[in-house]
Amino acid sequence: MVERRPVMTVVQHLVLILGAALFVFPIYLAFVASTHTGVEVSRGLPLFPGDQLVTNYGTVLSDGIASAGAPPLGLMLFNSTVMSLAIAIGKIAISLLSAFAIVYFRFPFRILAFWTIFITLMLPVEVRILPTYEVVAGLGMLNSYAGLSIPLIASATATFLFRQFFMTVPDELTDAARIDGAGPLKFFRDILVPLSRTNLAALFVILFLYGWNQYLWPLLVTTDESYYTIVMGIQRMANVGEQQPVWNLVMATAILALLPPVVVILSMQRLFVRGLIEVEK
Amino acid sequence: MAPIAIDGVRKVYPGPVEAIPNLSLEIADGELCVLVGPSGCGKSTLLRMVAGLEEITGGEIRIGGRRVNDLEPAERDIAMVFQNYALYPHMTVYDNMAYGLRNRGVPKAEIRALVDEAAGILGLSALLARKPRQLSGGQRQRVAMGRAIVRKPQVFLFDEPLSNLDAKLRSQMRVEIKRLQRRLATTSLYVTHDQVEAMTLGDRLLIMNHGIAEQVGTPMDVYHRPATRFVAGFIGSPMMNFLPGRVAGDGRGVHLPGGWLLATAKARGHAGRPVTVGIRPEHLQPAATGTDSDTITLRTELIEVLGADTLVHGRLDGHDDTVIARLPGSLQVAAGDNLPLAAEPGTVHLFDETERAIGHV
Ligand SMILES: Nc1ncnc2c1ncn2[C@@H]1O[C@H](COP(=O)(O)OP(=O)(O)OP(=O)(O)O)[C@@H](O)[C@H]1O
Ligand SMILES: [Mg+2]
Repeated sequence: MVERRPVMTVVQHLVLILGAALFVFPIYLAFVASTHTGVEVSRGLPLFPGDQLVTNYGTVLSDGIASAGAPPLGLMLFNSTVMSLAIAIGKIAISLLSAFAIVYFRFPFRILAFWTIFITLMLPVEVRILPTYEVVAGLGMLNSYAGLSIPLIASATATFLFRQFFMTVPDELTDAARIDGAGPLKFFRDILVPLSRTNLAALFVILFLYGWNQYLWPLLVTTDESYYTIVMGIQRMANVGEQQPVWNLVMATAILALLPPVVVILSMQRLFVRGLIEVEK
Repeated sequence: MAPIAIDGVRKVYPGPVEAIPNLSLEIADGELCVLVGPSGCGKSTLLRMVAGLEEITGGEIRIGGRRVNDLEPAERDIAMVFQNYALYPHMTVYDNMAYGLRNRGVPKAEIRALVDEAAGILGLSALLARKPRQLSGGQRQRVAMGRAIVRKPQVFLFDEPLSNLDAKLRSQMRVEIKRLQRRLATTSLYVTHDQVEAMTLGDRLLIMNHGIAEQVGTPMDVYHRPATRFVAGFIGSPMMNFLPGRVAGDGRGVHLPGGWLLATAKARGHAGRPVTVGIRPEHLQPAATGTDSDTITLRTELIEVLGADTLVHGRLDGHDDTVIARLPGSLQVAAGDNLPLAAEPGTVHLFDETERAIGHV
């Protein structure tokens, strides 16, 4: 849409700026809060940054927030990253392979397999949490990275996305690859996966965030503090019973917890946008 | 270099759809054979069976004397050019051409040399680093050709490789394909539904209809001696005129609409029976005015001036279908005129009730 009226341009920008501000404001407040002393923050949320930035972040990062009732921040960030990466990569791997099987192979019970996968869509962790816990406990996977991530991997959410995408890949490409001597796995590796690159990037971002934001499941399967995730940590810090939460440190942690997802989004966004601009085929 | 033998091949798709009931064809070493026919007649099916992309329900296909029914496409030593080119979109031109060689474990240096050679032949040397989307349609077509020739296969298979190009580029590429095929002398099977392409490219043509081989022959054969009414109508533009006739009781001629009597003894075996008479528009000529029994009078309805030629559309007495004559452009004729016409000797085709050719008069 090309509008040449300056008034419209101004209005459009105003609306966009307002919208952006609406989303950024809470984050700004959190950041501001993380730059003041605990006492200042508990008197009411300040609107402008204070001078405690280095001190607060130093505290959070170095001797941990043990004082605030959680394990060291670095460990929690690491745990969250491991879990989110495992979930994102695991889900993508499973979805790619199952979509490949469903679209390109004729095997017995193919339709049944398809519907079974479909049904897993209706069973997110929250629904199957008790039986899943039972299984994970039985397998001795409580308090482990495997326990944190595998149950969340085990649903083929993205299979449909890839199935849909694979079905748009022209049959002639498959034929050409067969004539060029590419077996199924070579075709998958050399042609399908590279062609799915933009889908992969988008999905990776979504799944990484999904993993990062998991709360209920990690809470259930970890009793050992060394497996706590950052989201759990923040919750622990904000919920300290009788005591007053140390809001400035909580906010600093929250800001730090935002960073890895932001990094993932920004780095993937480049690929994602490039993929959108350069239309393949 | 290898001959192809297609021996009593049958294809049934699940459904079941019998796409090809029983078809045999021998293609000599180095020959370019064109498969031509209307949409859905099974051309691609036949080609894909030779390629190994489609299972063969019955019969046998041999390439260079070797039975290939159960071989993977890659093991048949063939290369194929697709209608939409089927280039790998994420690979450069170089990689597109090199991919098949790499999968065969050809050493890197040799791949380099082979790709450079093929690119040189096709004028692609400057484009090797580009991706397919950065190429024009004609260039993509060339890359598809390059991918085929780089492996030096025994057989080329083409499935309507030019139909996505504009008319000018198409005729240019047609010549180029012909030249390339001559130069490499690789046995080729070429599918098209364009009869100009078929006539100009093919050493021989296979004309298919509903999965059946109507006729196999040189372009001259199928044009001058069509074996069936279908072939007669399919090859040639504008289409051959078909007139209903009846063989005279004594078998000495064929009665046609408008009181025309075609004198011939070729239909003697069909005395008293109906036949179809076919005459190509270009084989009708202006005749001396008169009411001889060997001239027909066309009531002209529409004149199309093509420059060199003039197409005259009209009707005959006692026959409802339009008859077309291609006459010299110098002829003065106006719609509504009565135009006496005669057929050039030897260009009238007779078809029996089963639509097979009886003879050419
Ligand atoms: N996978 C399939 N399953 C069932 N029927 C099929 C299949 N592929 C082709 N057919 C049928 O087989 C017949 C021949 O198809 P084919 O693709 O060989 O035609 P074609 O001569 O190449 O036509 P076109 O000129 O339109 O490409 C058609 O009637 C088609 O409907
Ligand atoms: Mg076809």
